Amino acid sequence: MTFAAPTPLALIAELTHRCPLHCVYCSNPLELAHRADELTTEVWLRVFREAAEAGVLQVDFTGGEPLSRPDILELVRAARGTGLYVNLITSGLPLDEARLDELVEAGLDHIQLSFQGATEDSANEISGTKAHAQKLRVLEWLKRRRVALTLNFVIHRRNIDQIEEMLALGESSSAGRIEFANVQYYGWAFANRENLLPSRQQLDRSLEILRRAEDRLRGKIKVEFVVPDYYAKYPKACMGGWGQKLMLIAPNGDALPCHAAQIIPGLHFDNLKDHSLGEIWEKSEVFQKFRGEQWMPEPCRSCEHRTRDFGGCRCQAFLLAGDAATTDPVCSLAPLRPLVDDIVAAANRPRAETLVKPDWLYRPNPA
Amino acid sequence: MTPDLGSCPRLAVGCRLNEKGQPSRVLHMPERALRLNGPSLEIIERCDGKRTVQEIISELQKLYSKAEPQKIEEDILGYLERLHDQRALDFAPAPSDRSAEAK
Repeated sequence: MTFAAPTPLALIAELTHRCPLHCVYCSNPLELAHRADELTTEVWLRVFREAAEAGVLQVDFTGGEPLSRPDILELVRAARGTGLYVNLITSGLPLDEARLDELVEAGLDHIQLSFQGATEDSANEISGTKAHAQKLRVLEWLKRRRVALTLNFVIHRRNIDQIEEMLALGESSSAGRIEFANVQYYGWAFANRENLLPSRQQLDRSLEILRRAEDRLRGKIKVEFVVPDYYAKYPKACMGGWGQKLMLIAPNGDALPCHAAQIIPGLHFDNLKDHSLGEIWEKSEVFQKFRGEQWMPEPCRSCEHRTRDFGGCRCQAFLLAGDAATTDPVCSLAPLRPLVDDIVAAANRPRAETLVKPDWLYRPNPA
Repeated sequence: MTPDLGSCPRLAVGCRLNEKGQPSRVLHMPERALRLNGPSLEIIERCDGKRTVQEIISELQKLYSKAEPQKIEEDILGYLERLHDQRALDFAPAPSDRSAEAK
């Protein structure tokens, strides 16, 4: 039996996996899409029209680095033309002032600029390239332009003690929002987890600083953060529930319910080259597989939290437990929670923090 | 912060109403969208940086003449304050010649 599909709200358009950064926590899959397989401009334009018709409100251009696409202006203009709210998630590296003006002119509503740290050395270590100084230049250019800005700091063991400096950087910019996003352990981050997962003490200190900043900056800058999964009592409502609110389109046109779904064995993803967005959203096997509650095992099936967290994240369940259809092991009620407790315990054992950089697995660039 | 009655609310950068004629009206904001019903849409449409808070209240009191005027004022002030906290609204000071021109 099939569940009635809710209205999709946002489209995450992974335009390309090409990127000038090599971040050790990148959420892209370990197997990156090749440039030659990327969707054409024409298909994307059709997808935006179909998305708007299906009720989608917002499109997030991401990647990889979405500005690596030579047709980015055309994509922004077309998406905005269908009425979608257009958000660009960028490293800022390919930007110059003229490009920025063209993007704003094309109808860009919002820029989310990523930062890998508050200081040049630590940020460049994480991104595996010299990127920080350019990002600071972009912040200056943005002060003189009418486009909304969110700064996104990705937080982990090696930079969580810089939260105050990150806040200061955010406050000196034109950002209306600052996101502190704890690393989620998929893809490259899962491979580098040992060096990324913070200690309980680090986390508690950061949360205290962030709660104070949230109060202090209310009405000026929106400060957003969540307790990272492995330290939470209940799992996150991953993507607002599988097939509930979001569709992610990979560079090759595969339609996914989330960033990491490709790791789940046995799923066949329908492609936007062959099917319409509405058809995939409503009817594809993948979007229905974990939609709603029918798939749920106990303890989720009878749990009062199931309508809030939807049993947590399917990809995390697979990565940690080898079974995508089990309760997310990060849940304190999950039978497999001891798996996560062991990982957290390891992160809290005394260890000598190295000043030299860890043995990172850097994300390469696709062919 | 309770909005100043003489200030002129306007949508903040990155916030906009979707087009008229859509099946449902929403206020787009960075990373979220707010669905608008009758009164909330009437208020947001008037946050144009030209009308003062007081003028918006008066217009809504006329529009919803069966409701308690005092209640309308409180509701609008509370709503504008919430939107400001969410960074959806700025309050521009009214130009000094503005009140004369409006009369």
